Amino acid sequence: MAINKNALYTILLIVIAAAPFVFPNYGVQLATLWLFIIVAMTWDMTGGQMGYNSLGNIFFYGTGMYVAAVIAIGLVYDVGEYTSAFGGGRYDFTDAQYFTGFVLGVIGAGIFCAISAFIIGYVTFGLRGPYFAIGTLGVAIAAGELVSNWDWVGGGQGITLPVYPGNLDDGKVFIYFAFAITGVVLFIFLNYLYKTRFGAAMNAIRDDEEKAEAMGIHTMRYKLISWALSAFFIGVAGGISAFQIISFEPLESAYQTINLGIFMVVCVLLGGKGTLWGPIIGAILFQLFKEVTWNYFLGWQWVALGALIIVTVVYFQDGLMGYLRTVRPEWFGQTVEEKSDDAAGEAAR
Amino acid sequence: MSIIDVSNVSKSFGGVKANTNVSITVEKGGITGLIGPNGSGKTTLFNSIVGYHPIDSGSIKYEGQEISKMLVPEIARLGLLRTFQQTRIYGEMDCVENMLISLPHRKMSIWDTFQKNTAEDREKAENLLDFVGLYEKRFLRSGSLSFGQQKLLEFAMALMNEPTVLLLDEPTAGINPTLINGLIDRLKRANSEFGITLFIIEHNMRVIMNMADTIYCLAHGELLASGTSEEIQNDQRVIDAYLGAH
Amino acid sequence: MDQIASNIGLLLQFPVVNLKILIDGMMIGALFALAAYGLALVWGVMNVKNLAQGDFVIGGGYVSWWLVKNVGLHPLLGVPAAFVVMALLGGALHGTPIHNWARSQKTAMIWVSALTFLVFIVATYLGDAAGSVAGYAGLILTILLVINGGIYNLVISRVIERDLFTSLLATFGLAIMGAQIMNLLFGSDTQSLDLGYDTLYFADGLIDVPIAKLIGVLMAAALAAGVVIFMKSSRMGQAIRATAQDARAARVLGIDTEKVYAFTFSLNAAICGAAGAIIVMVWVIQPFYGITYSVRAFVVVTAAGLGNLPGVIAAGLGIGALEQYGSHIFGIGYQQAIAVLLLLAVLVYRLMQQKRNRQVLQ
Ligand SMILES: Nc1ncnc2c1ncn2[C@@H]1O[C@H](COP(=O)(O)OP(=O)(O)OP(=O)(O)O)[C@@H](O)[C@H]1O
Ligand SMILES: [Mg+2]
Repeated sequence: MAINKNALYTILLIVIAAAPFVFPNYGVQLATLWLFIIVAMTWDMTGGQMGYNSLGNIFFYGTGMYVAAVIAIGLVYDVGEYTSAFGGGRYDFTDAQYFTGFVLGVIGAGIFCAISAFIIGYVTFGLRGPYFAIGTLGVAIAAGELVSNWDWVGGGQGITLPVYPGNLDDGKVFIYFAFAITGVVLFIFLNYLYKTRFGAAMNAIRDDEEKAEAMGIHTMRYKLISWALSAFFIGVAGGISAFQIISFEPLESAYQTINLGIFMVVCVLLGGKGTLWGPIIGAILFQLFKEVTWNYFLGWQWVALGALIIVTVVYFQDGLMGYLRTVRPEWFGQTVEEKSDDAAGEAAR
Repeated sequence: MSIIDVSNVSKSFGGVKANTNVSITVEKGGITGLIGPNGSGKTTLFNSIVGYHPIDSGSIKYEGQEISKMLVPEIARLGLLRTFQQTRIYGEMDCVENMLISLPHRKMSIWDTFQKNTAEDREKAENLLDFVGLYEKRFLRSGSLSFGQQKLLEFAMALMNEPTVLLLDEPTAGINPTLINGLIDRLKRANSEFGITLFIIEHNMRVIMNMADTIYCLAHGELLASGTSEEIQNDQRVIDAYLGAH
Repeated sequence: MDQIASNIGLLLQFPVVNLKILIDGMMIGALFALAAYGLALVWGVMNVKNLAQGDFVIGGGYVSWWLVKNVGLHPLLGVPAAFVVMALLGGALHGTPIHNWARSQKTAMIWVSALTFLVFIVATYLGDAAGSVAGYAGLILTILLVINGGIYNLVISRVIERDLFTSLLATFGLAIMGAQIMNLLFGSDTQSLDLGYDTLYFADGLIDVPIAKLIGVLMAAALAAGVVIFMKSSRMGQAIRATAQDARAARVLGIDTEKVYAFTFSLNAAICGAAGAIIVMVWVIQPFYGITYSVRAFVVVTAAGLGNLPGVIAAGLGIGALEQYGSHIFGIGYQQAIAVLLLLAVLVYRLMQQKRNRQVLQ
């Protein structure tokens, strides 16, 4: 079994590494797929594993984009001058400046987002149920509005990053691998995390937070740390996105509350929340659905997406993994016994 | 030496006076009983102690520290634990997982929490499950256990947590009568072997008389009597309260 | 910074400007209060947190606008028209004989809707020439939806007893669909109706109150009063209140809670629709403006609590006024952000309050 698993992972890694070269025309779509996988997995950390359904994780994505951009530009030029000369003066970046900016920007984005998760979480994690969802959504909406009024980072006009130095196709591959490596690292990390005491405590918070509190589990600490960890990865993903999209503005591409902000939730629900693979499978399914509707439904794609959300949420909330779990519990290592009586107690007497 | 000092605590819900000027002392290392007819405010007193709701007046001290304004998790982290009258366990997890989640997180550093459970943890979990007689059921989904078994599991989870004081809300309710003697024995051993101070709400007179050093009796939210089991047994007011001669 | 200081200075220098801001804010606030009251109703009675609230408002606005432009209805009559149409879309026919008949014809209904949908898609795909065909197909779909018990039957009835996040997300899906359908039907331009009434001036012309605005606010007040009287005195109103208190007990007493839910939801849609029809006479609507009204409704309900009508009205007016102040001081671009930050402030305040009670905000 263990060998099988290793073989499986090896094959997967090869597929991941080969994909952009085998399908060179789909570079952007493949990179986007990774983005979806990352945001779905991070959403599931708090939503699926811990029961805190955030509608505002997009905040970290948008913030990640802006932080990465500001760092990359700020290392070389004055950010305020750079943004106010939008389209005007010429600002060049050498290769070295681009890559330093990329690395520091992306990592800085992750760290900044993790810290802001601590601060925001300190307030919002006192909220439970719908208030948490609405509160986090509020943070994301407010952030988008505030940034679009903030001239230093370009206001509603947005901000433009330097393009990849070198040929365009290489740039796409570069972005693809940036996403893919982040995704793989995240997967390995979560695969470990969910098996630790920390992971068990997350599940305990989801299943019965009051009981967890009554047992002295530091619920607040766990909530904050797991949100910060997930924010770190979303921030990194947002940072990479910034370099992928190059030119972006706050409301439609950075703090896109009703696009990516909701898509990540739908991905998780489609695949099955609270599982390691569910978000990944869901992201793939969702991306397929999205590509198909975008290509063939012309204008109605959004209606189709809304319908998909409703159908998933209302009729198919346990997702694919949840469905498999009910029909094939043994795959998930569950023991089922039809009848239970006091026999064990009897034996111990 | 006392470990919990409840003095003059009152608590009402709207018009219902659930507790009026209740004063109780729980001795360190002992077994203290709390009895009283249905609705006399026993669970309310427990809830006040562990922080489920604010009290109207009075003071509650744990090891000399005022805890009546603290929140549930803060109090639990002092080592003051409770079980629920309507049991609360993690129904979707199996018994061993329930036990492992009950490891004393308050004693762990953040680094410890990022580790997987050790073989010793599992062994301890299985030993305690064995201790309460659930060893055979250890890999069953705990939600599928009977109410009595869930009570036992919750008790085992509490022991796993290594509390200083354990507040038990009717530990024998729903337990097969033939198993009650075994459970009394285990409660006593938890007290003597693990050194856990017990504070027990109990309806079953025989059980509590058998265990407790000191017994308090509540009626209509007021402290009616207190003393050793003989004193309580012979107290006319207690007998009246239980026979319904209000 | 200087800008902000000078804006505040202006307010201090000309106190009458404050009055103008207050009046403006409370006028839009009256509409917020209506949408919020509907939300409090479905939240309190059915435990549904409706994120499509604002889209119902905008939907009502478009109903009125369309009828005025295409049928020549008087804009003031657009308000009751929007009320009725949105009630029907919300699920007013649920449980009536026509819905029961539709239910018995399930297979036929599914076939008809599938076919119409196909026609719809093909016609849209083919573009302008087939546009009217698509329009008719859309109309048939809408009628099918309405006689099938509306949005209530398709979505809401299935989320009532589920966990809280389900209703939030499902209605979010509804909101996205609704906004997009309106976008496709009516285009993304802002629209409004001009009543052609005069404007009243006070305080040397510093305060201007268009008569249309005044009428709109009066209509909102009348609607609110009507709903309150209905809830107090009618049998259905009593049943709704009983269900809100304890649905199980209400069922035991013989109240058909399913019917109550459907009615409550369609009443909410109707209130929102009427609010939208008022808005289109005085302000502007646009397919994607829904979320702003949803946010306001949530702010108001969170601040006022459920089942507290005076509180909802006060909070609605207050938020309207605060927003106007905020946008006067900080600039119009901050209006939405101010509403949201108010929501967060209210949540934090309630959180601290609960902490004192050793409780959490559920
Ligand atoms: N959360 C609450 N809200 C309102 N009233 C409450 C609440 N909790 C308890 N009460 C009331 O307080 C009184 C005491 O209740 P409590 O649960 O403490 O009794 P008890 O002694 O534990 O009874 P039992 O033996 O049946 O468990 C009862 O009248 C009960 O109805
Ligand atoms: Mg009790």
